[in-house]
Amino acid sequence: MNIQFRENQEAASPLTVKPAIADCDIHPARTTPTELYPYLAKRWQHHLEVYGVHAYQGMMEGPPYPKAQPNASRRDAYPPEGGPQGSSLAFMQKQLLDPNNVQLGVLNPLNTGQGIRNHELSAALCSAINDWQIDKWTSKDKRLKASIVVGNEDGPSAAAEIRERAGDKNFVQVLLLSRNVEPLGQRRYWPIYQAAEEAGLPVGVHAFGFGGNPITPSGWPSYYIEEMVGHSQCQQSALASLVLEGVFERFPKLKMVMIEAGFGWAPSLCWRLDKAWQRLRSEVPHVKRPPSEYIREQVWWTTQPMEDPERREDLFDVIKWIGWDKLLFATDYPHWDYDEPSRVLPAGVSEANREAFYLGNAKKLYGITA
Amino acid sequence: MASLIAGGIDCDVHPAVPHLTSLLPYLNDYWRDQVTTRGMVDLISQSYPQNSPITARPDWRPESGKPGESLADMQRHVLDAFKLECAICNPLYGVQMVFSEDMQAAFCRALNDWLAKEWLDRDVRLRGSIVIPTQSIEKAVAEIERCAPDKRFVQVLMLVMGDTPLGKRALWPIYEAAERLELPVGIHAGSAYHNPPTAVGWGSYHIEDYVGQAQAFQTQLTSLIVEGVFAKYPRLKMVMLESGVSWISPYLWRLHKFWRGVRMETPWVDRAPLEIVRSNIRFSLQPFDAPPEPETLIRLFDHMQSDELVLFSTDYPHWQFDGQDALPEGLSPDLVRKIMIDNPHATYPRLK
Repeated sequence: MNIQFRENQEAASPLTVKPAIADCDIHPARTTPTELYPYLAKRWQHHLEVYGVHAYQGMMEGPPYPKAQPNASRRDAYPPEGGPQGSSLAFMQKQLLDPNNVQLGVLNPLNTGQGIRNHELSAALCSAINDWQIDKWTSKDKRLKASIVVGNEDGPSAAAEIRERAGDKNFVQVLLLSRNVEPLGQRRYWPIYQAAEEAGLPVGVHAFGFGGNPITPSGWPSYYIEEMVGHSQCQQSALASLVLEGVFERFPKLKMVMIEAGFGWAPSLCWRLDKAWQRLRSEVPHVKRPPSEYIREQVWWTTQPMEDPERREDLFDVIKWIGWDKLLFATDYPHWDYDEPSRVLPAGVSEANREAFYLGNAKKLYGITA
Repeated sequence: MASLIAGGIDCDVHPAVPHLTSLLPYLNDYWRDQVTTRGMVDLISQSYPQNSPITARPDWRPESGKPGESLADMQRHVLDAFKLECAICNPLYGVQMVFSEDMQAAFCRALNDWLAKEWLDRDVRLRGSIVIPTQSIEKAVAEIERCAPDKRFVQVLMLVMGDTPLGKRALWPIYEAAERLELPVGIHAGSAYHNPPTAVGWGSYHIEDYVGQAQAFQTQLTSLIVEGVFAKYPRLKMVMLESGVSWISPYLWRLHKFWRGVRMETPWVDRAPLEIVRSNIRFSLQPFDAPPEPETLIRLFDHMQSDELVLFSTDYPHWQFDGQDALPEGLSPDLVRKIMIDNPHATYPRLK
């Protein structure tokens, strides 16, 4: 196989300033494994040195399904000063933020403290990551906003972390992953939703995570591609759980963002939920309205990896069924399946829809007025 | 609604086993003794609780007994009412939940013999599916080969949620036998409940399990395609039964995109996933999970870019539609003919 890539590619300087965009899924990385130590108690530093991290999967390092690229990231995204892709603010500015005129960049740190079996360690790591996001990123570039990561399996401690950060303008959302020990609608996660609603922060649910459940309801598959495609099925099941457990009914001001799991499946899932609810609503009397109504009012979707039909205009049907006001553009920088802003939408979009898609919806959702 | 035409093939009807004891005449002495001595109970899956609204249409629900257990009812409700040429019986009796391969093999054998004697022998319009004991691949293949000489068996039947993803190589002898014997493999909604019924764990509700069937079908299509089942067995047809259909195109857009991105991982996949689905995979019509507006339906079928993917089904006795409205509004007469007659005949060689 031939792999061609350009070393440390920097986008050519634009001749004119491009229209401003929001990038709602950027992944900041640590330069070194010990970069969080200043934010961690000695006890946890020791724990990491001796025992490491035990997630709800068996590998001490790296993912069980090897990624398609190192760190699942672009080979041209290694910073010139060293470190993994996405670990340098200066290079992120040069490669992503400046050339694309990113006005709002939402940081979604992965490999945080989520999906870890030791829930105390999980909480400590998440809190450290939140401090680190401010120090390394958002305090140094005002375009960047952070996500509050929380120890997802311990609702009360997660809620405490959210309340601690509430009102801090460095943060624009709470971040969860789609795969947890139980489906996301379960009661154990409700303290997170309650705290987020009180703080006026959307809850982002990013694809990935570990909860110990096979990534198909028929057991573990063989390949990375099955995990990648499977994230959209995980997201569908997580969203179905949120609706059917009554989370949106119980927390009517809660807003949720489905991140990096596609959106093409959303209309079909809504139709299926509505049809099943018509038949089986006596089982879930707490779901008072057709499921699609809650989703239409309380759920948003990031765009990357952009749905890519053979006939690209078919995409417009799906977006029309979801609503042009519900999509948030994202690149997924620095990951390999990055979406280039200028190429994701087929021709034929109105100026108003284009602006909403690239910037307006995100600013409104995340409360950015500038 | 679009007009039904006579002579259609209903690809998904569910005759019910009245009780485990109904299978006793089809078990050998040892298993008959096991069932009675151990006080074994009826094998009813959580996928279809007997009194759940989805399990039977109100006007198809008998006054006593299980929905779908009476041949006379099935004749009156579907075979005659829809003027069918034939209907394919897919028993959903919960034999897949059994863990012992010996017990499962005995129950599958009894179930298939029961189907032949109590249904196929009694109405020439009925065809059967071979239920297989997947706890043992060897026994599953043996059961296919045992039943296959009876040409009224037109497909092999598996559940969408079992012990492993369906593309896994260990299962391939089943597909080899099916291809060799001109039997499509039907994959029906339902779970052996050997894994949590969603990829994010156990939900609380029956409705969650039912909604989740569609996601299970999606992960299985991925597995079947990327493991290379259709590169190895290019003439094998698979039919997704009670899967829903409105998710097909967006799902395939995503699979196709990732396949282009990481196809180096599975280089034996010699055709694009979209092409594989168009040539080898079919879907039953009910439950038709789209809104009732014809304009949406027209767009959905247009997205599929094929009029050969969907096969007519009533999903009897499950409650998916009322009256005679098995066909959603907006299908052209040509498409109705394809769905009700041409596509099933092209899929099931043994219907000829």
